[in-house]
Amino acid sequence: MGKPNTITINGHEFEFEPHQTILDVARRNSIDIPTLCHLKHTTPTGACRMCVVEVEGARSLLVACATPAATGMVIYTESPTVIETRRMLLELLLSSGNHNCAICQTSGDDWTQFQLRVQQEEDTTELCPVWGDCQLQDLAFRYQATGAKFPATPTRYPMETVNPFIVRDFSRCIQCGRCVQACTEVQVNNAISFGYRGSRAKIIAAGDRPYRDSDCVFCGECVQVCPTGALVEKDTRYQSRPWEEQKVRTTCTYCGVGCQLYLHVNDNKIVKVSGVPDMPPNYGSLCVKGRFGYDFVNSSHRLQTPLIRENGSLREASWEEALDLVANRLGQIKSEYGSDSIGVLTSARISNEENYLANKFTRAVLKTNSIDHCARL
Amino acid sequence: MTNTIGEIEKTDVILITGSNTTENHPVISSFVKRAVSFGDTKLVVVDPRRITISDFADFWLRQNLGTDVAWINGMIHVIIKENLQDQSFIDQRTQGYEELKQTAEKYTPEYVEEITGIPAQSLIEAARLYATAKAGSILYCMGITQHTHGTDNVKSLANLAMLCGHLGIEGGGVNPLRGQNNVQGACDMGGLPNVYSGYQAVTDEGARKKMETAWGVTDLPDKIGLKVTEMIPKAHSGDVKAMYIIGENPLVSDPDLNHAEASIKNLDFLVVQDIFLTETAQLADVVLPAKCFAEKEGTFSNTERRVQRVRAAVDAPGQVKEDWEIICEIASRMGYPMSYENSEAIMAEISQVTPSYGGINYARIEQQGLHWPCPNEEHPGTPILHVDLFTSGKGTFHAIDFAPPAEAADDDYPLYLTTGRVLYQYHTGSMTMKSEGLNDRSPESFVEISFQDAGKYGLEDGTMVDVTSRRGSITARVKVSTKAVPGTVFIPFHYAQSAANKLTNAALDPISGIPELKVCAVKLSKAA
Repeated sequence: MGKPNTITINGHEFEFEPHQTILDVARRNSIDIPTLCHLKHTTPTGACRMCVVEVEGARSLLVACATPAATGMVIYTESPTVIETRRMLLELLLSSGNHNCAICQTSGDDWTQFQLRVQQEEDTTELCPVWGDCQLQDLAFRYQATGAKFPATPTRYPMETVNPFIVRDFSRCIQCGRCVQACTEVQVNNAISFGYRGSRAKIIAAGDRPYRDSDCVFCGECVQVCPTGALVEKDTRYQSRPWEEQKVRTTCTYCGVGCQLYLHVNDNKIVKVSGVPDMPPNYGSLCVKGRFGYDFVNSSHRLQTPLIRENGSLREASWEEALDLVANRLGQIKSEYGSDSIGVLTSARISNEENYLANKFTRAVLKTNSIDHCARL
Repeated sequence: MTNTIGEIEKTDVILITGSNTTENHPVISSFVKRAVSFGDTKLVVVDPRRITISDFADFWLRQNLGTDVAWINGMIHVIIKENLQDQSFIDQRTQGYEELKQTAEKYTPEYVEEITGIPAQSLIEAARLYATAKAGSILYCMGITQHTHGTDNVKSLANLAMLCGHLGIEGGGVNPLRGQNNVQGACDMGGLPNVYSGYQAVTDEGARKKMETAWGVTDLPDKIGLKVTEMIPKAHSGDVKAMYIIGENPLVSDPDLNHAEASIKNLDFLVVQDIFLTETAQLADVVLPAKCFAEKEGTFSNTERRVQRVRAAVDAPGQVKEDWEIICEIASRMGYPMSYENSEAIMAEISQVTPSYGGINYARIEQQGLHWPCPNEEHPGTPILHVDLFTSGKGTFHAIDFAPPAEAADDDYPLYLTTGRVLYQYHTGSMTMKSEGLNDRSPESFVEISFQDAGKYGLEDGTMVDVTSRRGSITARVKVSTKAVPGTVFIPFHYAQSAANKLTNAALDPISGIPELKVCAVKLSKAA
C-alpha cells in the first residue's frame, strides 16, 4: 500500500480527496481521460465506457467516471488494452448510425453508398451537421477508429423536426444519456428519459412524443451537452460551421439573472447562443429566451434611422435634424413651463453606463429629478 | 437580492412567494429544483396559482389575491407563539420587536384562514419549517410587489426573515428576483426620482453638492421628482408637457392602458429612443434608433447585485447609435458639453461618484462579475448583505396590519384577475415576438381559468371570451388549466392585441408608487 489518499496514474503519484473518482483526480491533474457520457455535477452513469482505465489487480477495466479513487491504486489511462477497448467501443458507435464524418473509412464503394444514403435521408449534400464540433468524431480520430469493422445498421427512428428550436436526429444518437442527465439533474425539467430496450432503445419525451407535445420547455441544455449531432439547434443546422464562427462572451438581455452566454457570430450575424460553462451565475445553463430568442437583433423591423413626425406621420430624418429638434423642443419646454414639466423614463434594458448618463442628463441638464424606469411595472 | 443565486442550492428551506419562477426566472428555478430534488432543502410555495414550481414544494399554500400581509403575520404569530424566533438576533440586531409581536397577536392561524383561505394547519407547519431551519431563503417577485400594499408585503417578508435570523447568513436572505436584465442597474445608477447613483438622496445637501462638483453644475434640484406612475397622470392633466422615453414601452406595460394612451397623446412633445417602433414609439414626435445589447459595450447588474460585462458581437444596422452617445449629443446641444471616449470611461466616472461601485472597473470584471457594494479596488465585493450590520444600523421590524386590495370582486365583476408573464414571451414582446419559434410556442394572449369556473360560465378550452373590468374590455382565448384556482383568472400582459393592462387597476401603493397589477375584478362573457 502506498501513502494514504494517494493513487498512481501513469507512474505519477497524486493525492485525492474522499469521494473523488479516478476521473476527478485525473482531470484535476490535467491527465486527459476521454469521456462521452460524463456530465459534470451529475450522477455518473458509466454508460459509454469510454473512460475505461486499467487498474492493477482489477479483474477487468474500470470506468474512471464512476470508480472512487482508493489508496494505492495503480492506474494506466492509455495502456494498449485500454486503447484497443476504446477503439472497439468507437467502432461499435460509429457503425450504429449516420456518422458520416470523413473519419469513416469504409472501403470505396461502401463509403460512397453510405454517404449517399445519409445525404439522401437528410436532403443535403453536406457531411454531418456537427462535423468539426463532435466529440465522437474527435475520439474516432484520436483512436483511429473508422467504423469499418462492423456492418452499418439502418436508421430505426425518423428525425424529429416539428418543433421550432431543436432537431432530434436519432440516427446520430449514441445513447450516452447526457441529455437525460442535463434535463433531469441540471435543469430538472424531467422531460426526457430512456425508452424501449436493447437495440430499440431511444431517448423519449413523455411516452415517446415530440418535444413540443411533452414537458420540454426548450431550455436547450440537452443540445448544449450532446456530444454528437443528435441534438442540434434547428436554425444553426447546416447554416454555420464552428470554424466560421467567433464566440463573443456577454450577459443575457432578458431577465435579471444575468446569465453569461456566448454569442456565436458568423458574417456579422448571431447564428447560435450557448451558455458559458463553469461560470456563475448560470454555470452554462440558459432558458429558451436566452438561447433561442435572438432573432430580434437581426430583425428587419429594427429602427435604422431617426424618425420625425410631420403632418401626423413619421418620416426618416438625419441625426442632425432629429437631435437638433429634440434639444430645441426640450429647451423650449423647459424655459416655458419649467424643468418639472419634463419627465424622463430611463430603461431597465440599457447598460449601467447609459442609465448613469440618463440620470446625469435629467438632473444636470434638464434640472429635474423626474426620472424613473419600469422597475414598478 | 441580499444573497446570491448560488446560495439557493445550499439553503435548508426556500420560501417562494409571488414568483412564477420556472417561467420568469427559469435558470434560478433550476437551482431551487436541484436543491429540493437532490439535496435536503425543503420548499414552501405561497402563490395564488398552482404554478409549476409548486409541484416541487413540500407545501403549496394558496392565498387569496392581495392577502399577503395576513399570511405573513400569521406565520409570525405561530413562530412567536411556539417560541421559534431567533431571540439573540432580535435582541442584538433589530428594533421594534414588541410592536411586531403586538400586531401579530391577533393573526391566529384560524383568523388568517378566514382572510387568506390558507388552511390553518398548513400555515402552522410551513411556519415551523421556515423558522426551525438553520438558513432560510425567501424568493419573491412581482406577485408580492405589484399591489397597493406592495411595500407592506415586502416589509412583512423582511419581518419574517429577521424574526428567524435568516439575514446576513449564507443561504438566507430576502431575495427579490428582478425581472429585467438591468433593472437592478437602472436603480443603482440613479434612474429613480429620489436618488443619484448608489442611492444617494437628492434631498441630501451633501450628496447634491458632491454631484454639483463632479458634474460642474450648480442648482441641482432638491425636490424629489415624479415616479413613472405619477408622470402619466400628470401628462393627462397637462402638468407634464414632454417626455423622453428610453427603451420602455409603457403603452403595453402600464396599468389602465386606455388612460395611459390618452395621457401620452396629451403631451406636447414625446421623444422615444428604442430598437423597434414600439406601440409607444408610434406616438412619438421624434424616434431615435438605438443599438441593442449585442451591439454595444457596457455592464449590466444582475438580480444578485453582480456587475457583469456586456460586449459588442455584431455591427448595428443602419445609422443606429449607442444610447449613451445619443444622450451626450442631446446634452451637448442643450449647452452642457458631454462626451466620453467609450463606456469604460463612463464607468470610471461612475466609480468616482458612487461609493458602492467605487471598486468596479472593466479589468476587474473581465472574467467574472463583482457584487456591489464594492467600495474600492482592493475590495472583493459583497455577496451577502447585512452580515454584521444593516445599512441603517439596526434592522427595524415594521408592525403592519392587513388591509384588502383596492378592488374586490362583487356581483357585477365576480372574478379576480391576476396578470404576469409566460415562459416564451418577455415583457411587452418587442423582442420575443420577433422570433418565429417563440411565437410558435406562445402565439397569443389567453385567459387561464379553472375547470370549475369554465363549467360555471359554460366556457370550453379554446373558445373566445370577452373579459371586462371597470376600465376596459379585451377578447382572448380560454385556456382551461390546472394552474388556475376557482374564482381567479390569469392573463399574460405581453400581448398588445388583447392587452391585459386595459383591464388592470392603476391604484398605487402610496410609498413605492407601484400599481396593483396583480389584483382586479373582472367579468367574463362569451365573445360574439
